[in-house]
Order: sequence, then structure tokens, then C-alpha cells
Amino acid sequence: MLEIKNLNVYYGVIHALKDISLTVNEGEIVTLIGANGAGKTTTLRTISGLNKAASGQILLEGRDITGLSAPKRVEMRLSQVPEGRRIFPTMTIVENLEMGAYLRKDKAEIKEDMEHVYELFPILGDRKKQAAGTLSGGEQQMLAMGRALMSRPKILLMDEPSMGLAPLLVKEIFNIIKNINSEGTTILLIEQNAKMALSIADRAYVIETGSIVMSGTGEELSKSDEIKKAYLGGD
Amino acid sequence: MNSMKVINKKNILILIVIIVFYAVAQALINNGTINNFYEITLATICINIILAVSLNLVTGFTGQFSLGHAGFMSIGAYVGALINMEMNSTSGFLAGILAGAAAAAIVGILIGIPTLRLKGDYLAIATLGMAEIIRVVFLNMDDITNGAAGLNGIPRFTNWMWLFIFTALTIILINNFVHSSYGRACISIREDEIAAESMGVNTTMYKVMAFAIGAFFAGIAGALYSSYFYFIKPSIFGFMKSIDILVIVVFGGMGSITGSVIAAVVLAVLTTFLQSYSELRMIIYALLLIVIMIFRPQGLMGTKEITDLFKIVKKNEKNQ
Repeated sequence: MLEIKNLNVYYGVIHALKDISLTVNEGEIVTLIGANGAGKTTTLRTISGLNKAASGQILLEGRDITGLSAPKRVEMRLSQVPEGRRIFPTMTIVENLEMGAYLRKDKAEIKEDMEHVYELFPILGDRKKQAAGTLSGGEQQMLAMGRALMSRPKILLMDEPSMGLAPLLVKEIFNIIKNINSEGTTILLIEQNAKMALSIADRAYVIETGSIVMSGTGEELSKSDEIKKAYLGGD
Repeated sequence: MNSMKVINKKNILILIVIIVFYAVAQALINNGTINNFYEITLATICINIILAVSLNLVTGFTGQFSLGHAGFMSIGAYVGALINMEMNSTSGFLAGILAGAAAAAIVGILIGIPTLRLKGDYLAIATLGMAEIIRVVFLNMDDITNGAAGLNGIPRFTNWMWLFIFTALTIILINNFVHSSYGRACISIREDEIAAESMGVNTTMYKVMAFAIGAFFAGIAGALYSSYFYFIKPSIFGFMKSIDILVIVVFGGMGSITGSVIAAVVLAVLTTFLQSYSELRMIIYALLLIVIMIFRPQGLMGTKEITDLFKIVKKNEKNQ
């Protein structure tokens, strides 16, 4: 579904991504794990069109989207939950969700999808008219996920959904990610919380200082000694 | 959708309020309660409302900090005045307003495309520079604009009726824009530009659009100004004029049209009232602004509109 070939990205003179290649097949949860500053967010921003690639190719369902703008990619149903949630603070929950469906015109279906988001996240349904900025961190994360779902994505990119959340909430968020995936949305998940990410991922890539250093199924990687040592803690 | 119906209770109510307001002011002008001196205040209020509401679209709603609004006003003023001086008639006056507004909007687009890539302070500096360039251009086009001495003897067609019509139109049109899906896109840019872009909002297009619409209405204000005060010169449209408009917007509340209207009225009345204390005037004015900004940093209205207040009243009634 999503294929990235030899992607290179620079920030000024800094070579942030070096020849990155990865594939996400339809229906999978693929995770990209790595330490701070390894290039995870850069990878995601480049896929969603917020950063420019210096060279390489990004293919979505076989179509080259490397040169397309971010809004054009959303139109092709590639959607993202950005790092740090980035909800619209003075807008209400409903308005935030409507922004997620910004490029869609089918009012009846938008309404349906909104009801579906309320099913996934009942707390959002209870507070429809509340300003999003007054929500707690976990609720904001749910809103950011709900908002991304409002574009009916075929593939959803998620940047550190567990960031800054209490452990119990992290579990809940990951369960919801699994649910979203089982309903047919392909997911590329970026995480520092390697343990949680590997537990739900079909396949995983490990990124270190801008290069992919390892890949395999979620299970394989969580058993690998190197990964255990570097990302999972313990021995 | 309810908002699709043009003839509903709410709109009829608004229409009645508008007509009554106009008629009362007109009656007061006719019987002399509003004399010539106060009429100037009234004109200043209307022109400032148009300027502040249009700047609010750019700065308050779209979040693009602009210090160049007087530049767009001057384009409207000069284009309007030049056309009006050629065609000394009401149709010439209206043609001048339209042409002035269109010229300002075109310049807004041309300047907006490169400068709106900048953010915050950098954008403020760029728009400030832009307004200065426009001023210097008018200053040096001696043959057409008569340079620093300015244009004199512009025919006077601006009266209370026209001022009122254009002010009401500005408020209604910008209010509608803000509440449309275009307006929602603009607000989303103010709230979080990156998030807006990842929702599929073409941020550059909407920023330029808001900028051009703001410039358009500033052009109208400029043309009305030139036709009311007979006389314009480049120094009227300097940096201080842009600041004056920005003060109204910030004072009223960034993101509140009602706030801009109230602030324009309050500040104009205040200036008129303080005219008798000429030396102390600017000190009192400045002190008042400082005090108000300390106690209400979000401005008089914040992002609330007068219609929100009605909603709160209704809610309280329900709860009782």
C-alpha cells in the first residue's frame, strides 16, 4: 500500500534521513521505533508531505506522491495524527472533528463517521460542545485520532500517540489503535514506547541516526537481544 | 441547514435593528443633535470599523500579524480619489470605491504570496516594510499624486448613508466569511498551522485569501476617507495609522467582530472627548490602553461575539 524507496531528507546541511526504504502492506500495523532524534518524526512528516524529500520515492498504492502537497495526500486518503496531538484548542470537539473531514463533501457520511468516532471514544461524545483546549492530554490524543479518522483514511500515520500519557491510558490508546486497524485501516505507527508498539505491530523497523538498522515481525524484534538491550530495558 | 434560510427570525431581527439604528442617527443629524463636529466622529467611527473588522480577519481570525493595513487603505484612497476627481458624480464615487478596493486586493495578493510564508514577527516586519514602500511610491509619483503636498479638492460624496451602507456590508460579509467553511479553514490556521495543513487545508491559499479580502475592505475604507475629508497626502497613511487600526483590533479582541466595532466606537468617542485636553490627550489615551490591557489582555470581547452573549442568556433561562 505504502512504499518508500531510498528516501533522503536534509535539514540544511544535516543529513536527517539516509536512504530509508520501508513498506507497509494493506491491513498491517507497521511500527517504526527508535530513540530521540533518530529520524522517526522526520520520516512521518516526509510521508505526509510536511517535509520535502531531497531524493527517493514515496509510492501510495503504486502512485508516486513524492511531489504532491500535504493537502493532496490527504485527498488520497493518507492521514496523520501529528506529534504532540495538535488539536485546535479554541474550537469545540465537533468543530475539530469537522476539520478532519475538511476535504469531504458527503454530509450524511460525515455524520455517520462522527457517530462512529463517538462510539470509539465515548468521552468525546459526552463533551461535543466543549473547547478542545480544555481537554486532558489523553482526551486530546483521542480527539486527534478521531479527527484523523474523519478523513476516512486508507492509511493512518501516527506519531507517538503514547507521549505524555499515563500507563493505563497508553494501554487504552493501543487497544483503540488495534480496533481501528481491525476495521480495515492500515497503520504506520511511530513510537518511543517500543514494548507497546512491538506488541501490536505486524512488522517493525528500527531507525538509528537516520538509517533503518533492523526490520522484522513484531515478535521477532521483541525477542532480539539487541532490541531488548537498547529499547526494551532489562536483559 | 438553518443557516441556508435567508428569511428567518434572526435575520429579520438583525435587519430591523440595522434600519432603526440608521434612521435614528439620520434623524439626529437632521435635527442638529449630531452637529458637524460630531459627524466627523461618526465618519471616523465608520471608517475605523471597516478598517478594524477587515484587519481582524487577517490578524484575529487567520492569525497573520500584519502591520501594513494603512498601506492598503492608501491604495483605496488614492485610486478612489483620482477616479472621483475625473468623474465628479455618484457613479464616479462608487466606481472609485470599487476600483480602489480591487486595486488594494490585487496588491494584497501580489504581496501576500511571498510574505505570507513568513511567520509572526517576521511577517509583521515584512508587512510594515510593504506599507512603507506603498507610501514612498505615492510620495514620488508627483505627476499623478502630487507628491508630499497631497491631493486636494476631492469631491465629497461620502455621507452618513454611504458610510453606513459600507460599514454594514463589511460587517455582514466578513461575518459570513468567518462562519463559512473558508472561515473555519482560516481559524484552523490561526489555531495550529501544521495541523490545518495535515487536515488538507491549503494554508497558503487561505492566508492569501484572508489577506486579499482584508485589503479589499481597507481599500473601501480609504476611498470613503478620501471622499469625506476632501484631502489626502501620503503621511496620513504612515506607520502610526497601521498601529491605530491594530490597537482597535487588539483592544476589541482578536477574533471578535463585535469587539472591533465596540473598540472603534469607544476609542473614537474617547479621542473626541479628550480633544479639549490637548496636552494631556495622548497621555490619558495611552494610560487607558495600558490599564485595559492589564485587566483584559484578551481585549474587551476576547473571541466572543454579541450573539454568544444571547446564547448564554438563553442557557441560563433554561437552567432556571
